[in-house]
Amino acid sequence: MIEQRVVDPEYLFFSAEREKRFITGSEAVKEAIKRANIDMAVSYPITPQSESMHLVGDIYAEGYIPEYFRGENEFAVMSAVAGASMGGVRIFTATGGPGTLRAFETFPTWAGARLPIVCAFMTRGVNSPLTIQPDTIEMAFMLDTGIMMFHAENAQDLHDMILKAFMIAEKTDIHIPAGVFVDGFFVTHTRDYVDIAPEDIKLPPYNPYSAPVPVMDMENVPVRQMRDPFVMKSNFISYAAHASWQQEILAAAERARKYIDKYMGGLLEMENEGADILIIASGTAVSQSREAIAMARQEGIDAGLIKIKSIRPFPKNEIMEITRKAKAIIVPEFNRAGWLCREVKSTVADTTKVVGGPRVFGGMTMPPELILAEIRRCSE
Amino acid sequence: MSKSMFTISPGFEEIMPAEYRELVEHGPFGKELGVSDLGTYKELLEEHPLCAGCGLALSLRLILASLPNPADTVIVGTTGCNSLAFPQVAVHNIHSLFGNQNAVASGLKRALKLRFPDKVKDVVVVAGDGATADIGLDMVMHSWFRRENITTIMLDNEAYANTGGQESGMSMEGTVLNMAPKGKKFPKISLPEIARETGCDYVAATTPANPKRLERMIRRAVLVARETGPTYVQIFCPCPTNYKFKPSEAKKRTRDREKDGSYRIREYITPQAQELINRIEGVKSDE
Repeated sequence: MIEQRVVDPEYLFFSAEREKRFITGSEAVKEAIKRANIDMAVSYPITPQSESMHLVGDIYAEGYIPEYFRGENEFAVMSAVAGASMGGVRIFTATGGPGTLRAFETFPTWAGARLPIVCAFMTRGVNSPLTIQPDTIEMAFMLDTGIMMFHAENAQDLHDMILKAFMIAEKTDIHIPAGVFVDGFFVTHTRDYVDIAPEDIKLPPYNPYSAPVPVMDMENVPVRQMRDPFVMKSNFISYAAHASWQQEILAAAERARKYIDKYMGGLLEMENEGADILIIASGTAVSQSREAIAMARQEGIDAGLIKIKSIRPFPKNEIMEITRKAKAIIVPEFNRAGWLCREVKSTVADTTKVVGGPRVFGGMTMPPELILAEIRRCSE
Repeated sequence: MSKSMFTISPGFEEIMPAEYRELVEHGPFGKELGVSDLGTYKELLEEHPLCAGCGLALSLRLILASLPNPADTVIVGTTGCNSLAFPQVAVHNIHSLFGNQNAVASGLKRALKLRFPDKVKDVVVVAGDGATADIGLDMVMHSWFRRENITTIMLDNEAYANTGGQESGMSMEGTVLNMAPKGKKFPKISLPEIARETGCDYVAATTPANPKRLERMIRRAVLVARETGPTYVQIFCPCPTNYKFKPSEAKKRTRDREKDGSYRIREYITPQAQELINRIEGVKSDE
């Protein structure tokens, strides 16, 4: 194994001197995992994720990760990841698009079993018709699985969010999985400048006995312990046990807010938030919106930007407050469902102010001009 | 697991449940016990909610009594009748999803190897025939292809019993069951032979009719999985509820199936596993 020095997460995130590197999003995943002090990773190929997990395999071969293997399909991989996590190790995997759906049954069980797994989702379109192109539709399906969801705008976000996700997910009062979502191809397959800490430092190891549930290793009591017991008897106590357990998962995600604030600087970021016209976006739609806002400014139209970093938990109160005085709220998205628009509409006081779109999907890019057109319309 | 971890803190004996106290005082941990000791110690299974005459219940008791090292064994189960008994089993056990037991066990075994490199931690999968031969077959076989150090035990009641008696891949050809209203159209899956061909170092098919034989097979399977490679044990567990016979006839049914050759008792052992078994069992007979 390669020797690395364990440092405080705060040091790795905020104080360590960083080197600027021009790398792809997939390489940013590799660099994050190199410093994440994981015990194990399980991989399975799917475009546009494949390169990320094969690069993780490369650093396993180099001696940065003690254990790594390729599973047989996404459902099996996510199941193996669950088994490893119940065995008390820090583990990472990644998938995307159809792989996410193939594995779908596992995600609510990760949350229900209180497993602090970090999984990256390189989003892509879902069949049919067959597509391998960028699209964030899978995030619509993931919203109510109980896992935390962070949405990276660029390679820097992707790198930072993966590392920070481990620290947030593993807190005893949280201890639920975290998904780091990134728009496939746009980020994974393009190069960008990423500031990276030295490779001879890494996060502190995971302490399995900090978990709020017993580790399945026969080294902690009680031994008469099942993960996770059924509460399916037809009586009220069973129903109440199941219901309160589910509420506790949601509450754990809510409690994560303080750690998201601490490590990620909040669930959202604002630029020019006093403007009458606000754009709310996540992922690469944020970058496109920023371009559109700059173009609008040249035309003398003032617009602000709210970048949502945490989709679950969702920054409800913050959005409610920021949008109170706005005259129009534009929500551009890379999917047909408009899931972010629905989230925003369920939050703001006056839904008639919300413009759902532009929406592109099936692999299309989102020219800033499309967003600019909405800004112009709203300013009339 | 160290005994001190398990011991009840002084002053708390009275408030611990009776069956837990019994487990601490008379349980099998750290002792060399087997099926012939049943009735003399506190079993790992605390009663069970299964039907009268259930072949699974009997097999499960025998399996748990046969584990060579219960103090360091983690069981991975899955959906099925047998899983209803697992909340009452006194070793750490996992119920994840229907059919993913061997994938969960693969991750778990590798994690425990990492965390306890100098300690034996046996990972044993116990699942029904539907979970093993149908919905989970790809993950079962891939865990064998990958040569995971896990033991896979199938409790074969030849049907989906928990959901009301539907046909499974392990049902006999011609059997009329729910979802096979005209009788099953294809033969019982030859999983022991598939296991042999897909890399299992030790394979056995048996019934609970002969507890000592079952014990020997379970011990072999766990010890070979620990040292050599994947292992598979298939146990016929007749189901009075869905096959509609008297609970008292379960054992006779088991013997009849052995006798008429429709449930063939067999073992497949690789030379490597045989060498290990000779070493272990040879040492024992010298004692």
